[in-house]
Amino acid sequence: MAIFKKKRNYFTLEGNIDELNLPPEVKPSIPEGVWHKCKACEKLILKEELVTNTYICPKCGAYERMGAKERIEAIIDEGTFKELSANIVGMNPLNFPKYEEKIEKIQQSTGLKEGVLTGYGRISTLKVAIAAMDPNFIMGSMGSAIGEKLTLLIEFAEKNSLPLIIFSASGGARMQEGIISLMQMAKVSAAIKRHSDKGLLYVSIPTDPTTGGVTASFAMLGDIILSEPKALIGFAGRRVIEGTIRQALPDDFQSAEFLLKHGFLDAVVRREEMKEYLHKVLLLHEYKS
Amino acid sequence: MSAWDRVLKARDKNRPLPLDFIRKIIVDFVQLKGDRLYGNDEAVIGGIGYFLGTPVTVIAISRGRDIEENIIRNFGSPNPEGYRKALRLMKQAEKFNRPVIIFIDTKGAGCAIEAEERGQGEAIAKCLYESATLKTPIISFITGEGGSGGALALAAGDEVHMLENAIYSILSPEGFSSILYKDGKYFKEASEIMKITSDDLLELKIIEGIISEHGNINENFEETIIDIKNTINDFLGRTKASKLDDLLEARYNRFRKFGNVRWKI
Repeated sequence: MAIFKKKRNYFTLEGNIDELNLPPEVKPSIPEGVWHKCKACEKLILKEELVTNTYICPKCGAYERMGAKERIEAIIDEGTFKELSANIVGMNPLNFPKYEEKIEKIQQSTGLKEGVLTGYGRISTLKVAIAAMDPNFIMGSMGSAIGEKLTLLIEFAEKNSLPLIIFSASGGARMQEGIISLMQMAKVSAAIKRHSDKGLLYVSIPTDPTTGGVTASFAMLGDIILSEPKALIGFAGRRVIEGTIRQALPDDFQSAEFLLKHGFLDAVVRREEMKEYLHKVLLLHEYKS
Repeated sequence: MSAWDRVLKARDKNRPLPLDFIRKIIVDFVQLKGDRLYGNDEAVIGGIGYFLGTPVTVIAISRGRDIEENIIRNFGSPNPEGYRKALRLMKQAEKFNRPVIIFIDTKGAGCAIEAEERGQGEAIAKCLYESATLKTPIISFITGEGGSGGALALAAGDEVHMLENAIYSILSPEGFSSILYKDGKYFKEASEIMKITSDDLLELKIIEGIISEHGNINENFEETIIDIKNTINDFLGRTKASKLDDLLEARYNRFRKFGNVRWKI
C-alpha cells in the first residue's frame, strides 16, 4: 500500500503554535446543569425532570445515583428533618499528603461537608433516626467523620428509642485515613449491636454502590435489609475478582437481584415505593407518631 | 528497619505460623470444625484446649507453610464459612465461659465469586457485631499479616497485640499504591505512609502491646512464646478481676475512641 504514502516535497514551518494566536475552538456544548444524559439509554433528559422523578430516567426507568440530600427529601416528610452533627468533619490522622486539600475541594464542589447526612425526622408521621451516604463525596468512602456521625446517630437513636434507617452508598473504607478507617467498621457495628439489644429496629438499605468495609459492617447488619433494582452491592471489587479468576463475571454479579437470590436481602424495592414500604414496616413494629 | 522490610518479614515463608504458636501455648488442643451452615474452611483453625490449666477457645486464621498447605488453607484468605465457624466457636466460648484467644496471619478475606455468593460481607459484619457484646474475654495476636476487614473480623475484642514484625493494615501496600497512586510500583512508599508496623500502631493506640521477636523469631522462638504466655496470663488475670459490664464497656470504648473529628462551620 506504499502508493498511498506519498512523500511530501514541500517545507514545513517550525512555528510555535501558541504564538499563532488562533481563535479559541468553539465546541457545541450543552448548558451545564440543564440537561442530563441517562447512563442507561443515553438519551438527554431535563435535569429538572430527573430530580422531580427521584432520579429515575423518565425515558427508560433506569436509576441514577442519588445524593444524600435528595435521598432524605424523598423519604422524610417535608419540613420534619433535623440534621445532627452537621458540622463534623474529619482530620488527617496519617498526615496523608494533600488529603486536606482534596477534602476542601470536594466540599466546595459538592456543597457537602462529608459523605453522610445524619438526623431525625418523620416517615408519614412516624419518627425515625436516618442516615444517607452520598456517593459523590469521594465515593462515600468511610473515614473518621462518617464513622463518628453514624455512631453519634445510632447512639442518639438508642437513647431516644428510635428506629434506625441507613441508606448506604460507599466504595468502602477511606484509604487516606488508613487503619483508622478500618476501626470505624468495628465502632459502627458495636453501636448497632447496642441499639439492637434494646429491641429497636434497624432497616439497612445498601444502594448503588455499596462495597468493601461498609458491606462488611453496618450495611449487612439490618434486621431488615432492602435495596433498589440493579444496585451494586458486594464485598470485593468486581475487577479484583476478575483479576483473580481471569475471566469476565456475569452482568448481574453483585446486583441487588443477585443478593436477593442468594439470601442476603429481604426485598428489592422500587425507589418510588420505598417510603411506603418503610412506613409499613415501621407500623408493623408498632412505632407510633 | 523500613516498613517494607517489616512487610517482607511478616510474609517470610519460614516465619512461625499460628499453629506453631498454638502447639507451644495450648495443651491438649482439640480442633473443632465446620460452620454448621455450609462447610469447613481450613483458612480458619478453631478448637479448645488448656492455657496454663484453664480451658480456652482458640481461633486462628492461617496461611500454609508450603504450596500444598496453602492450597488447603486458601493462602490464608477465609471464605464466609471461616468467619461463621469462628463466630460459632466464639458463641460456644461464651456459653461455656471460656476466654477466646485468637492468632491472625492473613492477607485478607477471600475475594472470589463463591465468597460473594455466600455473603463475605455479612459474615465479617456478624463477627464485628457479635464480638461487641460477647460475654467472655477476647484477646487477639497478629503474628504475621493482618489484612484489612478479614483480620479485623477476629480482632474486635478486648485487646490486640502484634508481634514485633507483624503488619496490620487497611489493605496491602501494593493495593494501596495501585488505588491511590494509580500504579502498583509505589508499594515501598505506601508501606511507610500507611502506618502498618507494630510501633506505629501502638502509637496510634490501635493495639495494646508488641511482642518482642528477640532478634530472630526462628532462632529465639521459645523466648517469644514465653512473652505471649505472659501477655495472655496477665490479660486473663485482669479480665477475671473486672466485672463483665465493665469489660464490655471498655470493649465498646476501645473502638468508640477511634477517629478524631473537628467542627467546621
